[in-house]
Amino acid sequence: MILGTLDFQTLSDAVGLGAVYALMAVGIGLVFGVLRLVNFAYGQLVMAGAYTLAYTSGWPTWSSLLACFAVVVALSLAMDTAVFRPLRGQSPAVMLVTTFAISFLLQAIALIVDVRDGTIGEVAPSLSSLNEPVTIGGTEIRKITLVAIGVAIAALLVLALLLTRTTIGLHTRAAAGDFQTARLLGVRANRVIAFSVVVSGLLAGVVAVMLTVQQPFVGPDFALRDTIVVLVGVVVGGIDRLWTATLGGFTIGFTSGLINGLLPTDKTVYLPSAVFALVILVLLLRPAGLFAWGSRTAPERV
Amino acid sequence: MRRWLDPVVQLAGPSLLVIAVGLVATTASPSNEVYFLNALISVSIVVAIYVFVGNSGVLSFGQISFVAVGAFAAGVMTVPLESKKGVLTTLFPVLRDHTIGNLPSLLLAAGLGGLFAFAVGLPLMRLNGLAAGIATFAVLEITHNVLQQWTKIGPGATTLSLVPESTGPLQGTLGALVVIAVAFAYQRSRLGRQLRASREDAAAASGVGVHVHLQRLWAFTLSGALAGFAGALLVHQLGSITTEQVYLELTFLTLAMLVIGGLTSLWGAVVGALAVSGLDSFLSQAEQGVHVLGHKLDLPSGTRLVFLAAIMALVLILRPTGLTGGREFRLPALRRRS
Repeated sequence: MILGTLDFQTLSDAVGLGAVYALMAVGIGLVFGVLRLVNFAYGQLVMAGAYTLAYTSGWPTWSSLLACFAVVVALSLAMDTAVFRPLRGQSPAVMLVTTFAISFLLQAIALIVDVRDGTIGEVAPSLSSLNEPVTIGGTEIRKITLVAIGVAIAALLVLALLLTRTTIGLHTRAAAGDFQTARLLGVRANRVIAFSVVVSGLLAGVVAVMLTVQQPFVGPDFALRDTIVVLVGVVVGGIDRLWTATLGGFTIGFTSGLINGLLPTDKTVYLPSAVFALVILVLLLRPAGLFAWGSRTAPERV
Repeated sequence: MRRWLDPVVQLAGPSLLVIAVGLVATTASPSNEVYFLNALISVSIVVAIYVFVGNSGVLSFGQISFVAVGAFAAGVMTVPLESKKGVLTTLFPVLRDHTIGNLPSLLLAAGLGGLFAFAVGLPLMRLNGLAAGIATFAVLEITHNVLQQWTKIGPGATTLSLVPESTGPLQGTLGALVVIAVAFAYQRSRLGRQLRASREDAAAASGVGVHVHLQRLWAFTLSGALAGFAGALLVHQLGSITTEQVYLELTFLTLAMLVIGGLTSLWGAVVGALAVSGLDSFLSQAEQGVHVLGHKLDLPSGTRLVFLAAIMALVLILRPTGLTGGREFRLPALRRRS
């Protein structure tokens, strides 16, 4: 037997992972759209949210969730003011490497906060009841998978409405298309950026809640691996547009889940190789993005 | 001042700095020597990365895979035969039954690194911008995954140990000097200049006949060979190594060193590597308490990484073009020549 069986369980887990990654992809893609900045430290926003959930696990669930969102959005805004703003207009390499440093910084701070009790890692159990399975059509599916899919669809719908039906959404899309022209036409740069940063922070909060249900053990490197995979997915999908980026995030989550289910158990250690070999293949065939239509082949010359 | 002096000065600056670090390393106590060796090896790795990233302007997260290949090739091949048969039992017989010396292992690592980089670069060098960055990152992931799991070519997920610790101050300094000299010769060469032209304006460069993909491929291959060489220096300094030591953290740290020093110059690569590893060493000393200018500085333990990351971020925010501004080394007096 070369391949494992493709059953409904594998498929639903893959969709669930894809849904969470899609939300992270939106959070990264929104900020990239207006700032042209790949935020490597996005995972540390999720990590901060997860720690907040862990430290407030004694509180009522709603206040714990509220605290999580408050911390993540505040941190997201602080990051914008202290780091993104001074770097506006710098080369992509400088911006990316600076967010590496910020990511290290936040992980180092988290480690110090975390080891005060002598152990690394905290448990965030408040929503773990969502891990229980429900039976649908004879298959057991964890509740969180359904919740993740539902929340992701809802969040994406709300975001779509925000972007297409409100003034600030229109401004954001204009800025993502061409920042300079949008500014000349009266779009306020700081408002648009603040909007993107806050929404991206809120999404990080949502992701923190859903990831802690799946992996309640929170350490300083929480969501680091997920962020890297999502960043890869975003570029593979096409980072220039929010929708292609989101689809890219979903696709890489879904594909990882699927390959993980399909590989025979003694070969799952080679999962990263399989996924990243696919990544290279897709990038070679469609460098502008898997879902990008009308590829721009030649560099623009005016 | 004569123009022929410019390149001499540009090469002498970084070389003398590295020699100075090497000389200080020989006078340091054995417990401090490791800091200077780390700095010298960082210089080798960062300059190797610079050969591709700095000259081409294309971001690569994959160069540490060549460091990893070099480190494991040199490490596995230099473990003494008598211990090898007991420890690395799962290896291919040809690897298990042969052992080579220090110098051949350095050359082997450079050759394998270059070969691997050429094979990978052949398809990947067509890519630009973020796509290139992600594709090279995928190479790092695959290399790490295979090295960690395939026990026929190495120790797998366990530690590779018993590697002869032959990288002392002498080998560390000479190694770094070789890497710097090769990088300098390349960037002054016809090939290097063509690639640097494509970095400034790819369309204009191909307009005047530069084959951009081909030039990137040469630089990628050379960078891979130097990275493999640096990996061999690294494993011979550590004596034991795991795949995690040549993976994400090293990738981010060395890229940060390059950008902090100044992405577009050899001087920047050397200064960045020495500045960041110097700062790191100072902070780990400060965690145990150190006297600076008559004041006692004693950082709480665990804060080293916080300070290191914060200072790196601060430098990048305040000086985005890097400490050297991406320029080559020049004597202060020469600046007035117009």
